[in-house]
Amino acid sequence: MKAAHRPIQRPRDAKLLVVSAAGMLQYAPRSELANFLRRGDLLVANDAATLPASLAGIHLRTGAPIEVRLAGRRSLAVDDLREFSAVVFGAGDHRTRTEDRAAPPPLHAGDTLALGPLKARVLRLLGHARLVSLAFDGTPDAIWAGIAQHGKPVQYAHVHEPLALWDVWTRVAALPVAFEPPSAGFVIDWQLLHALKQRGVGFATLTHAAGLSSTGDPALDARLPFDEPYHLPQATVDAIAATRRRGGRVIALGTTVTRALEHAAARGPLRDGDGVADQKLGADSALRIVDAIVSGTHEPGTSHYELLRAFASDAVLARADAALLANGYRTHEFGDSVLIERGTARQSSEGVRRRGRRDRRGDLIEA
Amino acid sequence: MNNPLQDLRVAVTGGTSGLGLALVRALHAHGARVAFVARDAGRVQRAAAELPGTHGIAGDIASKTDTHRLALQINAALGGLDVLVNNASSLGPVPLALLADTECEELEAALAANLVGPFRLIKALLGSLSASAREHRRAALVVNIGSDAAVTPYAGWGAYGASKAALLHLSRIWNEELAEHHVRVASFDPGDMDTPLHALAVPDADPAGLKRPADSARELVAKIVEALGEESAA
Repeated sequence: MKAAHRPIQRPRDAKLLVVSAAGMLQYAPRSELANFLRRGDLLVANDAATLPASLAGIHLRTGAPIEVRLAGRRSLAVDDLREFSAVVFGAGDHRTRTEDRAAPPPLHAGDTLALGPLKARVLRLLGHARLVSLAFDGTPDAIWAGIAQHGKPVQYAHVHEPLALWDVWTRVAALPVAFEPPSAGFVIDWQLLHALKQRGVGFATLTHAAGLSSTGDPALDARLPFDEPYHLPQATVDAIAATRRRGGRVIALGTTVTRALEHAAARGPLRDGDGVADQKLGADSALRIVDAIVSGTHEPGTSHYELLRAFASDAVLARADAALLANGYRTHEFGDSVLIERGTARQSSEGVRRRGRRDRRGDLIEA
Repeated sequence: MNNPLQDLRVAVTGGTSGLGLALVRALHAHGARVAFVARDAGRVQRAAAELPGTHGIAGDIASKTDTHRLALQINAALGGLDVLVNNASSLGPVPLALLADTECEELEAALAANLVGPFRLIKALLGSLSASAREHRRAALVVNIGSDAAVTPYAGWGAYGASKAALLHLSRIWNEELAEHHVRVASFDPGDMDTPLHALAVPDADPAGLKRPADSARELVAKIVEALGEESAA
């Protein structure tokens, strides 16, 4: 797939590939997403705003330039931000591919880092030479101000122009707790939210601290996604219960929403409140809450792609990948989208064909 | 009866002088959680120190590059947002000038502070405001500070009056569009007050003939309480 290389969240020609529960594929403009949702369904989005989590600065013991990418926090509490986990790079910036970035100087507990107006101390290494726990000096208000003034959104070499905060905030961005954008949410605009109301489709949110999608280091990438704290409001739990009662579907906008909801339901009935999603979802995961996912398009091997395997069989995903490739869909955070309904018991190909004839609608490309 | 202002999360722009400062003080006294924005970092710090528990944020709402940073700090300071008061205003040319003597840059500056700035900040905070409405099952609220100059064509008040008229209409349209999301967008005309802005406009006005900002702030607080109550009754 082509990488989307400009930070345009809602290009007029954005595309959607719909993968039905039966494994059928259908093309549509992404602006028609609401047409694939039914009265009584509930769309759940992650309303985390994205932090400017890339902080350039100096490793004071050596004087070496570094880039710190904030990567995790224990909780979402706005006054609990002295301590972050972070990935540290050496000299350079996002224009160099992360795989090719210089290593930072050797990092030790007690090292101090000057990051613009912020000062941070390395508390300990987290099992890797470039993954540290660090603590900022100052009051919460001063730390937030320092991050807001000095930080830049984390970005990767496939997008050349520097990103601004407005590039990485969705239309419903609220609490600034995500380290990278919950990019499936770029599909949201207020016109879509109006269309959902018109159709009788519910809309709810949770807040999930979406983490880094890549570090460029194979050993660290194998540990992704890191633990991600989330907050699930009572109103959203109630909306999901009401959706279940009326036989509607819960559609997660993105992998972070799926991860949070499934984590919150892993030990019994869905409960509101705070949690830390630490599980990995994949082909063997049973989904208790989420019936369908709207996601960006992701390459096989990434943790995002692994999560999609909980929704559809490898055979269906392989056909979807081929269709995305053949039809010029764009990948990465500013790319096109897929809507994947959870497969009904991973039907046989025979079942797929029979259902395909009955359900035919739009550009059916494989029946 | 519960105090509807207790722990209400409110952001106020232009919070270090005039009506804004009086409003921050009144909300703070009523137990609300308040973040306020103003341009002068020193004055922001002093006002925050005077009112412990409030969050002072330095920035310019007329600046595009400040908007999201301010929204980030507001959301972080309060853990979300229930009410936004766009109070910061620019008079336009000082001393006041006839429209034909107003430079286009002066008109643009008034529009940036009084119309485009509030537009951007509301947009950036609409995620939190709509989340507040969903989670608390009552309206979230934006109040844009207006003026009778938005309605009556006073000679000499062209840049200010035109920008406030545009803000008034923006508020009305947005209120229509956001009704289905339970976010209300209201306007409030505080009257002619004894404030630094009024002194710039009418340097020889007799302060005795002007409202005290604290009185207008009290009326605005009552309006906020009323607007929040209306929606939960509905």
